[in-house]
Amino acid sequence: MAPTAAVTLVFVYGFIAWTVYMSFTGSRMMPVYELIGFDAYTRLWQMERWGVSIRNLLIFGGLFMVLNLALGLLLAVLLDQRIRFEGTLRAIFLYPMALSFIVTGTVWKWMLNPGLGLERSVHLLGWTGFKFDWIINPDYAIYTIVIAGVWQTSGLIMAMFLAALRGVDQDVVKAAYMDGASMPQIYWGIIIPSIRPAFFSAIVVLAHLAVKSFDLVIAMTNGGPGYATDLPSIFMYAMSFQRNNIAVGSATAVMMLCTVMAIVVPYLYSELRPGRRHE
Amino acid sequence: MRQASSLLRGAACALGLCLGGATVSAAPTVEVLHWMTSGGQAKAMKSLKDDMESQGGKWIDTPVGGGSSEEALTKLRARVLGGDAPSSVQLKGPLIQEWGALGVLQPIDDVAAAGKWEQALPKSVAATMKYKGQWVAAPVNVHRLDWMYANPAVLKKVGITMPATWEQFDTAAAKLKAAGITPLAHGGQAWQDASLWEVIVISVGGPAFHQKALVELDPKALGGETMQKVFDRMRKLRGYVDPNFSGRDWNLATSMIMNGTAGFQIMGDWVKGDMSAAGKQAGKDYVCANPPGTDNAFLFIVDSFAMFKSKDADRLAGQKLFARLLMEPRFQENFNLAKGSIPVRTDMKLDKFDSCALAASDHMAKTVKSGGFAPSAIHDMAVPMAVKGAMTDVVTKHFNSDMSSAEAARRLADAVKLARE
Repeated sequence: MAPTAAVTLVFVYGFIAWTVYMSFTGSRMMPVYELIGFDAYTRLWQMERWGVSIRNLLIFGGLFMVLNLALGLLLAVLLDQRIRFEGTLRAIFLYPMALSFIVTGTVWKWMLNPGLGLERSVHLLGWTGFKFDWIINPDYAIYTIVIAGVWQTSGLIMAMFLAALRGVDQDVVKAAYMDGASMPQIYWGIIIPSIRPAFFSAIVVLAHLAVKSFDLVIAMTNGGPGYATDLPSIFMYAMSFQRNNIAVGSATAVMMLCTVMAIVVPYLYSELRPGRRHE
Repeated sequence: MRQASSLLRGAACALGLCLGGATVSAAPTVEVLHWMTSGGQAKAMKSLKDDMESQGGKWIDTPVGGGSSEEALTKLRARVLGGDAPSSVQLKGPLIQEWGALGVLQPIDDVAAAGKWEQALPKSVAATMKYKGQWVAAPVNVHRLDWMYANPAVLKKVGITMPATWEQFDTAAAKLKAAGITPLAHGGQAWQDASLWEVIVISVGGPAFHQKALVELDPKALGGETMQKVFDRMRKLRGYVDPNFSGRDWNLATSMIMNGTAGFQIMGDWVKGDMSAAGKQAGKDYVCANPPGTDNAFLFIVDSFAMFKSKDADRLAGQKLFARLLMEPRFQENFNLAKGSIPVRTDMKLDKFDSCALAASDHMAKTVKSGGFAPSAIHDMAVPMAVKGAMTDVVTKHFNSDMSSAEAARRLADAVKLARE
């Protein structure tokens, strides 16, 4: 067996297996190896806070993926128009990706804080009726996380799409142009369908970023107000490391793994089926 | 090789040949895993290290940054699983018992007996330092959670005094609000909501109710009428907090008191440590008092160091030296002056401490007698972390939504039950 395969087997699949095993034990502070069944899972699903994190993951993950794809594609198409200063603009769009989520989170926390940032600046400009306090409102706080997340990642998605756009066969585009198709028609009908593999990569990248998203929330709201912006990853950390409940923490991790699998496996299957590409 | 030589050393010591000192054995060594890394705390730890070294000991510092226990405890777990536990770890309350149950703690009864710890400590504190009757940890301080602070200049400006009842507090809050001052400085982090709540529990329900609900976790007390009254009070206090409190750190709330934009803060005595670090004086720049209804209560938090087993003779010797130094009045004074808390020894002179610390010390003596000296559940002195977490979730949810008091009490009882099972 190749060394890389062995390492992967132990450090990826081995640990996954260990986590799954742990989720069926009654481990609290330290791992115990006696199997007790589905107790950790029933406990998990009885917790109100877990429900909140699942709901938040659906809102955050859904919006994060859709908005990133839409915005990334739009930016890429606009940049693809042979414009001036393309290099500079590309660097500007890609720049947020150079920051860590912690930095992004902290900066957005300050900008969105009604007493420090945007709302206060607008008030100082004279529009005192302006209100934007989502970050301290338990019902809307999760959407502020989406804003910061999309700001951070859309540049990367743009770069992926731009690279794909540049790989499109220009002869086909020219031929369509000769036939009298307009630019939007060409993009919609020819170019975008031909960059399917880029969508594939983008969705895989975004899905796992959304599910494992942790530092952004910690920096921005620390899961608050209350636990209104809790995500499964934060819930898992709290259970495993703050509350000495390794079994429930492992069960959470397994649920997260299942979520990623549920998104990625069908997609992998449909994309990588042999012969699919040459239909 | 190292193990063999340490075995030899152990054998030599057993034969009474330790006197050979330098040639046979190295210095007594202690490795301390802690998270006392902020200014004053680090200084206090340094004084301990100097003491240790002046006695010929060797100090291996294993600090974990960030001032929180989580990373440190994760590290500790890994070290213990790997069979290489640090000799001493900052641990408190039920966690000492949990580790004790795993059989990895080192008894230090001889040090405790020589230092007469039993006589020097309040009974309830001594009990948490022992596992099955054996001393396994040494305490360093007592924090009081139920304190209320105010800026006298602000009080004077709106013509109020420190409130002694919640009715007076409501009146004072109305006056502060009218003057454009935030009545209650509060940070909207889950643990701060929970800390405030625990103070209200002991204030509204009294120490006996606190004991029943938050220590014994009696479901009737947790979900009952008194608890609903506690949540009613929390709802009222929520109205006194500025809209922008979400996620604020406790020390930012403290600075609102210092610069006069807020009236009161209800929080543990670490606030005092921060005030003195900012050059403020107790009695002059800020006043401290019992929150309404807590004249008979003292929610205590005792920081301590637990000792872990080791096969190395140097480490065992170092551990004992370390434990002895921790309980010496000299360290207790240095450390607590820096941290805002009071010494855990009841037999010390407190000349250098400020008026708030002296008040706390008197209050401690009084409540130890009256039975109001209660362990803080939210600060890991009374219940397992899972239970504390469950309580915190419900309290912070109630504080940050429009949940009714009856619903909150019901959920509290359910969540605690689920966490205990």
